[in-house]
Amino acid sequence: MKRSWNPYLAGALTGLLLVLSVAVAGQYFGASTTFARGAAAIEQTAGVDTSRYEYFSTKGGKYGPDSLPNWQLLFVVGIALGGLGASLASGTFEIKRVPDMWAARFGDRPLWRNLTAFAGGVVLIIGARLAGGCPSGHGLSGLSQLAVSGFVALAFFFGGGWVSARLLYGKGGER
Amino acid sequence: MMSLLYGLVSGILFGVLLQRAEVLRYDRQVGALRLMDMTIFKFMLTAIMVASVGIYFLKDMGLVSLSLKEAAFGAQIVGGTLFGIGWGLLGYCPGTAGGALGEGRLDAAWGLLGMLAGGAVYAAIYPALKATVLGLGKVGKVTLPQVMGVSHWVVIAAMAILFLAMFRLFEKKGL
Repeated sequence: MKRSWNPYLAGALTGLLLVLSVAVAGQYFGASTTFARGAAAIEQTAGVDTSRYEYFSTKGGKYGPDSLPNWQLLFVVGIALGGLGASLASGTFEIKRVPDMWAARFGDRPLWRNLTAFAGGVVLIIGARLAGGCPSGHGLSGLSQLAVSGFVALAFFFGGGWVSARLLYGKGGER
Repeated sequence: MMSLLYGLVSGILFGVLLQRAEVLRYDRQVGALRLMDMTIFKFMLTAIMVASVGIYFLKDMGLVSLSLKEAAFGAQIVGGTLFGIGWGLLGYCPGTAGGALGEGRLDAAWGLLGMLAGGAVYAAIYPALKATVLGLGKVGKVTLPQVMGVSHWVVIAAMAILFLAMFRLFEKKGL
């Protein structure tokens, strides 16, 4: 069972899952908003007055601390549980501090990898919230609806990612 | 309550599909940005092909409605590029980072923390963004077939042909 599933087949099943989710629950896939909402909830728990921030009260508090828990939070948590369960069941669960590709280029010290991952997470969410979605919301859900916003966003997600990967790894695709 | 359950169940199923197709992995994600390994695009574009047919079929039957994000070129170009840069640094996206942690990739935890921090930063700088980038080039909640004035089935068919041609290229080049 260690062998991976064909990406076309797994993708087709994901397409069916999205259609089912829209038909049954009325929900399109998305993930990035949860991190803005999560930040709001953490700030509120820490005693910060989140009403100071216009973003958390805009659109009737759609992004505010009281919007949780909701469908998308559970969706994001579910992905983590699905990843854990499937990796354990297939024998592919593996505690890894540094990805192989990163280690081959930058060495296997977790410090630099973790700092870069943290910085990447910060930049990526600012970008996703600006753009109004991530590869789930704009990519999967947006393109499936043929949304103009989805096509534009996905093109620039990939363009920005290409530049970023090229700056880190240089030209050429040697493995 | 049902909505939370739907979110959890679809998240788990999505997480299983992502994990078994190895889409959660840093090496696959950055591999795509380096044009070395197109696994994540095979997965994503197949999902979009299937979901676009399903969603528009059900919409034509009057059973589901679209949930479009507004096309705003300023926000999607600047935000999309920023997202991409962060994505290249982190090597996981908001949907996959939790799943990657689930399969034991500890660097993903730093990415998740970064995303929460990014949510807080975004809320803090939102007023400045609203006054500038967010207002640029807004064209409303539109779909490609609406803009082109053609049937959505024409666009779905054209998109499918384009994606299939891309898949053929990927397989021919062994990507």
